[in-house]
Amino acid sequence: MLKTLRHIALIGIATEPPPKADDSLRIRDGLQDRIRGVLGRALCIRHVDAGSCNGCELEIHALNNPLYNLEGLGIRFVASPRHADLLLVTGPVSKHMEIALLRTYEATPDPKLVVALGDCGCTGGIFGESYASCGRVSNIIPVDVAVPGCPPSPTRILEGILAALSCPPAKTADGAPARTNDSLPPTG
Amino acid sequence: MPLRAWLARSALQPGAPGLRALEVSREEWRQVAHDLAAAGGQLVALWASGNDHGTPCVRAFFLTERHGLLLSFTLTDNRERPYPGLEDLFPSAARMQRAVADLTGLRSTAEDTRPWLRHGAWSPGYRPLIDGAPPPRSAEPRTDSYEFVRVEGEGVHEIPVGPVHAGIIEPGHFRFSIVGEKVLKLEQRLGYAHKGIEHRFTGLPILEGHRLAARVSGDSAVAFSWAYSQALEGMSGVQIPVRAAWLRALCLELERIANHLGDLGALGNDAGFAFGLAQFSRLKEHLLRATQAALGARYLMGAIMPGGTRMDLSAAGAQQLATCVQELAIEALTLRSIYDEHEGVRDRFTGAGTVAPELALRLGLTGLAGRASGQAFDLRVDLPCEPYAHLAPVKCGRTEGDVAARVAVRFDELQESCRLVQCILDRLPTGPHLAPVRVPTADAIGAGLIEGWRGPVFVALEAAPAGAIRRCHPHDPSWQNWPVLEHAIIGNIVPDFPLINKSFNLSYSGHDL
Repeated sequence: MLKTLRHIALIGIATEPPPKADDSLRIRDGLQDRIRGVLGRALCIRHVDAGSCNGCELEIHALNNPLYNLEGLGIRFVASPRHADLLLVTGPVSKHMEIALLRTYEATPDPKLVVALGDCGCTGGIFGESYASCGRVSNIIPVDVAVPGCPPSPTRILEGILAALSCPPAKTADGAPARTNDSLPPTG
Repeated sequence: MPLRAWLARSALQPGAPGLRALEVSREEWRQVAHDLAAAGGQLVALWASGNDHGTPCVRAFFLTERHGLLLSFTLTDNRERPYPGLEDLFPSAARMQRAVADLTGLRSTAEDTRPWLRHGAWSPGYRPLIDGAPPPRSAEPRTDSYEFVRVEGEGVHEIPVGPVHAGIIEPGHFRFSIVGEKVLKLEQRLGYAHKGIEHRFTGLPILEGHRLAARVSGDSAVAFSWAYSQALEGMSGVQIPVRAAWLRALCLELERIANHLGDLGALGNDAGFAFGLAQFSRLKEHLLRATQAALGARYLMGAIMPGGTRMDLSAAGAQQLATCVQELAIEALTLRSIYDEHEGVRDRFTGAGTVAPELALRLGLTGLAGRASGQAFDLRVDLPCEPYAHLAPVKCGRTEGDVAARVAVRFDELQESCRLVQCILDRLPTGPHLAPVRVPTADAIGAGLIEGWRGPVFVALEAAPAGAIRRCHPHDPSWQNWPVLEHAIIGNIVPDFPLINKSFNLSYSGHDL
């Protein structure tokens, strides 16, 4: 026990300051005000692997390490979609995970946010669409924020999660968001 | 017929060193497998392919103490007639044969004819690896039913878990039959992450396939992309530069260290010791950052390509890596002593999820988990490719076969891999890191074999004309070890399952393909 405590004291606090939200990752606006009103900064995330290669999962795990210290920001991963405010979805959606993803989405209480993670989640990636793959996440459920990368770094993931929570950019006169990301697909 | 007579008839197999290839008849197929089993050989992979005339061919790859043997037989007769199954000789063949039926329509003689990788996404009539266009997509996603083996008796009930799990892990379904807290039986159902990888390979140029190989199982990106490149280089007759082989080994050992650090932290956490997760995940983050500074990426999905490596290593990058690995090796020793002295951790690790060496041998438990159950086999030592013969890696092993043994093997391998990294950085040969690779001739077959952090990673590659891929079969050692996990949990309590499962840490994506 003494050795454990000594090690903790020796290492000290490793946590680094968090990145800012990257609003360019947001592809859909509308819910943020409502969710911020309810939650402030406390956010519960349910991760769904809808068919990834497990690379993105490695970097999601890293968010919980002491350097990124996600829980220190009031954000945590929860064990059930019924406890979640945000779904963090990885992978091209395999056909075999289509129903599970839809049911997880339905089980998540409104208002809810969805962040699609990785090149596969954003576009289908190298796997694309096939007899076994539905491609990008937005082909199956509405997506608010898409974070590309193979795998995206923990900092990029955090920028995306914070973008989901941050205020939407000012609207233009016709009500459309002032900024759009043309490289990303519209949501379904 | 003894094994050496079969080997005498075999030909050299291009790809990894020490491999042989043997074409046999339908009758000989089981005889060879029988002789291999009698000689202590193990089945690595079993798959099916076909040539342009549609003549199907069943292939299997075996490892003996000194050789790798690629065994093939062509179904020249009626393809509706089941081919001889090997599940009685090598239990791990059972699921592979079911996957062959799902993907190619070729059935074995095995009794269990349930689908394995196929759920509701395609009908039994569609053969993804044989038929061209996929069937028209139905408007509604289809559910399907699966016949789990039922356990009956007083007080027995079932717990279904998954495919969406409570933690940050891949999708799969576990069906526990329990009495009280005690597990009587676990039955796995996998295939949720099936995204058509083998089918996707056939649409890629053969010189680009390593990119997909690196994403068969993201945590083993280096092992798979190296095995793919090794197969292709064998087919093309390319000798990679010496420096490239050493850089590949550096990447492979960094991948092993990163995964072992992640697992050691998670295992501490699953035993209720959050300190372990915090410390090991911090060490892993430092390693990933040093890897990025030295090699350009935290995870080396794009580091290895046919002909060598994509990037070179600068002297400054090498120095940074050396310092990082040296420091983490020392701190890991301190953390190991903390784990060893922590009564709660020791209590959870010891005796949990035991696989005795006899059972491990019979079921073909392989890789890291195999080495924790007395199966002392490591490709880096027993069938080394360049540069491992120059590095003299030490094989790590235990015989207890429990969670504690799998933790101990990880701790030992972590230190050994840190030593190998230092050794590589000290002695890294100079010269180019990439050689040009020609497109192989059509019909050429190559086989790659690399000891990934989880176990032997195998890739079989067949060339089509004009630089296309006819067939690529990537094999993750999880195929062997998933069924053994069903045995490891028997008699343990349900709350120990996450710990036992993590101690194997098997790939879903690498298995589901």
